[in-house]
Amino acid sequence: MAESGPALHLRSYLQIAWLWIRAAWQYPTSFVLLAVGNGLITALDFVGLWIMFAHLDDLAGFTLPEVALLYGSASLALAVADTAIGSVERIGAYIRTGRLDQMMTKPVPLLVQVCADQFTLRRLGRLTQAAIVFGWACTYVDWTPSRVVVALWMLVSGGLVFFGLFVGFSCVQFWTTDATEFANAFTYGGATVTQYPLTIFPREVLVGLTFVIPVAFVNWYPCLYLLGRSDPTGMPEAFQFASPVAGVLTMAAALLVWRSGVRHYTSTGS
Amino acid sequence: MLHVAVATRAFRRYSTYRAATLAGIFTNSVFGIIYSYAYLALWKANPTAGGYDAQDAVTYVWLGQALLMTIALWGGGTTDDLAERVRTGDVAIDLYRPVGLVGWYLASDLGRAAYHLLTRGVGPTVIGFVVFDISLPSSPLTALAFAISLVLAVVVSFAIRFLVACTSFWLLDQSGVKVMSGAFAIFFSGMMLPLVLFPGWLGTLAQALPWASYVQVPADVWLGKHTGSDLVAALGFQVVWAVVLLAACQGVLRLATRKVVVQGG
Repeated sequence: MAESGPALHLRSYLQIAWLWIRAAWQYPTSFVLLAVGNGLITALDFVGLWIMFAHLDDLAGFTLPEVALLYGSASLALAVADTAIGSVERIGAYIRTGRLDQMMTKPVPLLVQVCADQFTLRRLGRLTQAAIVFGWACTYVDWTPSRVVVALWMLVSGGLVFFGLFVGFSCVQFWTTDATEFANAFTYGGATVTQYPLTIFPREVLVGLTFVIPVAFVNWYPCLYLLGRSDPTGMPEAFQFASPVAGVLTMAAALLVWRSGVRHYTSTGS
Repeated sequence: MLHVAVATRAFRRYSTYRAATLAGIFTNSVFGIIYSYAYLALWKANPTAGGYDAQDAVTYVWLGQALLMTIALWGGGTTDDLAERVRTGDVAIDLYRPVGLVGWYLASDLGRAAYHLLTRGVGPTVIGFVVFDISLPSSPLTALAFAISLVLAVVVSFAIRFLVACTSFWLLDQSGVKVMSGAFAIFFSGMMLPLVLFPGWLGTLAQALPWASYVQVPADVWLGKHTGSDLVAALGFQVVWAVVLLAACQGVLRLATRKVVVQGG
């Protein structure tokens, strides 16, 4: 046996993903329009932020490049997670139609199959846009070696946090199969809330985003370090380096929820 | 009468997904809260931006969340059924029925919109009212004008979604065009940011495009920004786009029908 464990799972994942890319290519016009359209949605989203700043000098003390850094890093983390495993939010439909039963009979872990299913490159639109915004904002950062390290682990940890949120909240559908949108409040909602300096929200919201749904670690705390700002909310400075902890914890919690969801699952029987 | 029956059944069809509705109201409310704080920060820094005050802005946020599903901003609604029937060829059956396709799907979409208004529309509005003290229409006349504006918003949105669905006659799959159209709808409807904030020519352009009927016009009517002849002009703007786009739907359908005959279904 040449491969085992994670490497094998990754290979299965890539094979299934490639299958779906080829399937999508059967409608080439749609394929291109989907990619362009998704890029357009996110590009216009940033134009919106830019228009906001036409009426402002700063948003709660943060300038446009600073907000762009927050926006770009949150968007990039979401885009990575969404591209890789966004399909998991459709699990309710798989349960309803009985496809999950079929998947269970196949010799690839269920989570790998669900995440790779209907893999779509259209999400590359968001990835590209987020990378451009982040890249632009990065030119305003005063880089030091330690900031580079924090920036890199911020992106990885951010991806892990969103991975955890996608998987964890999609599991709600093991109990109620048609509540797909519930997860959106935490995944896309989490990405939206972190586009802004968290100082615009009441302190209770910040506490919630730190300890309950830890999206503040996706970008807010590490970006404070990158920008060399002291925390205006007076949270411990250690939080600025704690993103990997948040990422790993969220992911671990999500995998536990996933396991209990799969155990709880009984087929619809149709 | 037929169309009323179609609308009633569409209403019932959508009302079967209770958990989905609750989940949707929850999600709309979460986004409503996020945007409310963002707008409050914006209007705190610039208290007269776009001619709105802070309460107008927050009201606008919650109206947007309430309208999101009612007007099916992202696309979808009953026109998705049409696109799917075109892809599978089932549309051939629809075409020999003794009833117009546009009227049938419009009735069905109005039924859907009514359901979404009563749930996904009223839900977030109540939460916005309780949590952020959003303003309500100042007079019965304003409320009536808003109701008319809302129906027109659904009709304009339906016509655009119908045209998008019709592209599947040629492309066999509407999803690409649907995403493009959704991107424009989000931006130019004022959903993402009120069009009153758009600077210069971009603002003028955005206010003239049909998407302005989706959110900006109904919201301004609700907020009482239009009065007297200005109000008539605002509703007239929606009527013109509704008529033009519905005519376009008929035209495109006529072209498409020929195509279906050539294909053999």
